[in-house]
Amino acid sequence: MAPPRHRDRGFSRRIQYGLFFGYVAAAMGVVAGLALVLIARFDPVAFQGIRGLALDVTAPFTAATRPIVRGGGSLASDIGDYFNAASENASLRAQLAEAQRKLIEARVLAFENARLKRALRLVGEQSQPIVAARIIGSDLAGTRRFATLAAGRADGVAPGQPVRAAEGLVGRIAEVGTRAARIVLLTDGGSAVPLRVVRTGEAALGEGRGEGTLEVHSTVVGGRGFRRGDLLVTSGVGGVFPPDIPVGVVTGTSGEIATALPLAQPAKLDFALVLPQAATPPPVAPPAGRKR
Amino acid sequence: MAIIESDLLGRPSAWRLQTLPIASTLLGSCVGLLPFVVTAPILPPFGLLMALGWRLLRPELWAAWVALPLGLADDLITGTPPGTAMTLWTISFLGIDMLDARPMWRDHWLDWWIAAAAILFCALGQWALGVFVSGGGALWPMIAPTILAILCFPPVARLCARLDRWRLAK
Repeated sequence: MAPPRHRDRGFSRRIQYGLFFGYVAAAMGVVAGLALVLIARFDPVAFQGIRGLALDVTAPFTAATRPIVRGGGSLASDIGDYFNAASENASLRAQLAEAQRKLIEARVLAFENARLKRALRLVGEQSQPIVAARIIGSDLAGTRRFATLAAGRADGVAPGQPVRAAEGLVGRIAEVGTRAARIVLLTDGGSAVPLRVVRTGEAALGEGRGEGTLEVHSTVVGGRGFRRGDLLVTSGVGGVFPPDIPVGVVTGTSGEIATALPLAQPAKLDFALVLPQAATPPPVAPPAGRKR
Repeated sequence: MAIIESDLLGRPSAWRLQTLPIASTLLGSCVGLLPFVVTAPILPPFGLLMALGWRLLRPELWAAWVALPLGLADDLITGTPPGTAMTLWTISFLGIDMLDARPMWRDHWLDWWIAAAAILFCALGQWALGVFVSGGGALWPMIAPTILAILCFPPVARLCARLDRWRLAK
């Protein structure tokens, strides 16, 4: 096939000028686009309005198609469950008995905990969630790891607020529309959470890597390090995330750095709770992350 | 320009001729809105694939600047920093224009190579700009979706051709 000759328009001045101005517009647009990127870099909240609007416009599409996709997605695991029913039943019974023992212990501990906290007059611990809402989707293609929440400014959601599910921490709010909000997941490359290792009580920092796991750095020099299976909870340092929300489990270690899997797997979540920001928010507004 | 040609050929409804490619590209961008929640990128950028499919199928269809609004819409829909796809898509389109100006034989294989280069450029650029704006993650989670996107280009090009036949039908 011969090369296309679409840009060769003969002697018509009008069409030649049209082509020329098309290229001028494209080049100026590239410059303008780079300017937008620069603005987004240095003023992360600059496009809150328009991006919130886009979020509001696209959220109904996601919400409307969700039942269809969920039906299709759960079919395969339903069939698998059917075949594994007997063995799973036995193991679930064993787990239930174990869990009931633990539950009784936990109730005793919770009672004692409440009593001790009252005795100490400890404040600023329990905070009521702002809203419980459905997680309706996420960015499937890009490099950032976002999820969309079906609650927005109208429900009291604001950028920077932490989001948790029953299993553990999910992330924090990046952008809000009127009826929808975008969550930066823990696993996003721009997310960093101050953590505590439950076994040792040592502080750590969990950073997202954009591929489903967290990279956990110890912030204690010469600490006891990580072990496979360590439970990580938020430490509350920095005042964004409330303390003692379960975050993840260490799945592998290499020296001072560990890999952790988040407890709240966003793919399986239905509902999430938006919590008020714990204390003084950091000076940099979300969705800015750390600088590499 | 396409309007002029279509008028000369007596084809129907300039509105349909112009709207269908843009609408299908926007729908391609919206594929990322499907309500899965994932922790790693899995889907190729269908908006970019549709835009490239139309651009390589019908070079005369769009002026050079059309990638600007399409890219901006893609940015807003997918939640990447505004300006990312806008810049990268337009640079890709300008690059394809420069290739078009060279007299060389074009076939489907060469179009696929060109599309692959554009997809690779956009993926790398998106990652780099993401890191610049807000500290993105590692590069390697992007490898699989990018390869998938390159493999997805021929079917998307077929889809564009199918839509194009309908678009030009009386």
